[in-house]
Amino acid sequence: MSARSSTAHSVVEPSSTSKLVASVLVVVYALVTMIPLFWIVVTSLKSPPDSISYPPKIVFTPTIEGYCNLFTNQTRQTPEFLATLPPATTACEKVTRERNMVIVGPSNFTKRFFNSLVIAFGSTALSVFLGTIAAYGFSRFKVPLKDDLLFFILSTRMMPPIAVAIPIYLMYRELGLSDTKIGMILLYTAVNVSLAVWLLKGFIDEIPREYEEAAMIDGYTRLQAFRKVVLPQATTGIVATAIFCMIFAWNEYAFAVLLTSGDAQPAPPFIPTIIGEGGMDWPAVGAGTTLFLIPILVFTILLRKHLLRGITFGAVRK
Amino acid sequence: MAEIRVNHLKKNFGDFVAVRDSSFTVKDGEFFCLLGPSGCGKTTTLRMIAGLELPTDGKILLGGDDVTFRRASERDIAFVFQLFALYPHMNVRANIGFPLKCDGLSSSEIRRRVEETAQILRITDLLDKPVSGLSGGDRQRVALGRAIVRKPKAFLMDEPLGALDSEFRHVMCGELRALHNRLKATTVYVTHDQLEAMSMADTIAVMNNGLIEQLGSPREIYDRPASLFVADFIGSPSMNFLDTHAALASGASELAIDGTKIGIPAMRVSVSESDLVLGVRPEHVSLSDQSTLRGEVFGVEYLGTTQIVTVTTKRGMVRARISADMKASLGEHVGLSFRPEKLSVFDKSSGRVLKSALHEGGVHG
Repeated sequence: MSARSSTAHSVVEPSSTSKLVASVLVVVYALVTMIPLFWIVVTSLKSPPDSISYPPKIVFTPTIEGYCNLFTNQTRQTPEFLATLPPATTACEKVTRERNMVIVGPSNFTKRFFNSLVIAFGSTALSVFLGTIAAYGFSRFKVPLKDDLLFFILSTRMMPPIAVAIPIYLMYRELGLSDTKIGMILLYTAVNVSLAVWLLKGFIDEIPREYEEAAMIDGYTRLQAFRKVVLPQATTGIVATAIFCMIFAWNEYAFAVLLTSGDAQPAPPFIPTIIGEGGMDWPAVGAGTTLFLIPILVFTILLRKHLLRGITFGAVRK
Repeated sequence: MAEIRVNHLKKNFGDFVAVRDSSFTVKDGEFFCLLGPSGCGKTTTLRMIAGLELPTDGKILLGGDDVTFRRASERDIAFVFQLFALYPHMNVRANIGFPLKCDGLSSSEIRRRVEETAQILRITDLLDKPVSGLSGGDRQRVALGRAIVRKPKAFLMDEPLGALDSEFRHVMCGELRALHNRLKATTVYVTHDQLEAMSMADTIAVMNNGLIEQLGSPREIYDRPASLFVADFIGSPSMNFLDTHAALASGASELAIDGTKIGIPAMRVSVSESDLVLGVRPEHVSLSDQSTLRGEVFGVEYLGTTQIVTVTTKRGMVRARISADMKASLGEHVGLSFRPEKLSVFDKSSGRVLKSALHEGGVHG
């Protein structure tokens, strides 16, 4: 058995040279992709002068100033005024006072970040829910004009979504959906649902009908069979689809700029507009971007184990 | 357990007619086999009994109740799929217990019934294993366990041994029949393998092109095939067919082929001059020097206890199953003689057998 399984994957054992070349390529590729991320994290820990110094500083004193600037609004005061204030209590207050600034209140970042979470998770859940039901229907039932409908669903993605930005802007204004979280959730769902239907239909097509038929003969209704037999086996597909939908909704920028300005604005249009004294506050932008990367990373890592297909293999012999 | 009655069942898929007009009754406790080549409509018939397909026309009665349009879940039958359809996200215990969970039994009752079933199938040691690691035979046993645990009215099996290795299939055949003898469950079993059908079934329905060609015990079907198709499909090597053109009167017990008079069972019908086919099983052919029906030995397959000798005659190839001790060498000219009481005569145009003394109760094999 062991001999068979090893030959099934690689016919020839790779030579040590090719292994070395492969390792070098992997390391180089990893570096190339990691550098921008590394740069963002490093920038978030620099002081504003360090962040724009040229040549870029590799060695610097890390500071939490960027994060303080991200989460707070500040004003400049004279040193005489600062002397009259009670001593700084938090780390952020200390850092800002060194630059003759005073924290006057929290910034909008927390709110924007929360909006992003609500919109991304909301639209992902809705897209995956609708996508799963529609995909199951297309996969299992005789739907009139099935192929045309599927093509229509796919065709909604043929145009870049931004091409319909103006009509959507006008429609949203009429409907009162501008600058609302529900409006953004609906919009992202509309974009994602076609991807969800197509991806999930592929996954559900692969689940043999016999499973549901067996469950229905065993006394379950179709809905119960769907819940207890199809859904658990479609987990991989559902998770993969959810990750794709999540990434789109989390990162989307153009519609967010166009349709939101206040209440419902998510983080992407907000982060690059953080302006400090005398121009862009790059450490704060870096801090915002770093924090913005974390949820999608956590989401993917948490769901990663469901992406393993191994458990579903071998129960049906083909 | 219950009787299954199928009346004039028809099923069309668009223009394609899958089942033309099937009627049969599966008696309470009977092991009933639907046998036929792929695409003959046997699986469709089974799926209609299960409620997985709705018939275009006809009726299905289960224990006297008309279930033709009832949902699968409301028919109280069990189905064993060719590919087993074990739920991959559940272990063996959960798979077998799945139908019981639906009936709302308490977990201790489910546990008891699952363990009892596992004991019958000798898979107690597998209960807590995932289904993905099981061998083909064990998967088959789990699938059977899921079927018998509920004590349904009937079992339907769609080529349940089709996915197994041929040697193992033989073992499972024995196990299945033993299980049936123990449970006395009404069973409808679909297969294209005549050996499976012959070795397990009480009654076989041979299907072809959506029609049941013949219904009977394995012995009847083998000894007294009702049509050319059945005669050809059952038996390995299959029956020899010799074409001739003749008229037969009722009571006639001879048929001339190329001038040689061949004894046949006394005819019970008369036919005017027409194309006829004489059917001879290989084991009813012997080599004899006296016979005027002659040919040349074309091939010899040695099988241990017997050998299959292929002889080319003017009427085509004739295969004889003769004792392995007898000598037959390639190119040798031999005479052929047949056992008269075992022969079948078919009408070539309709493909149906002509009634003769062979079809009267007494003549058994």
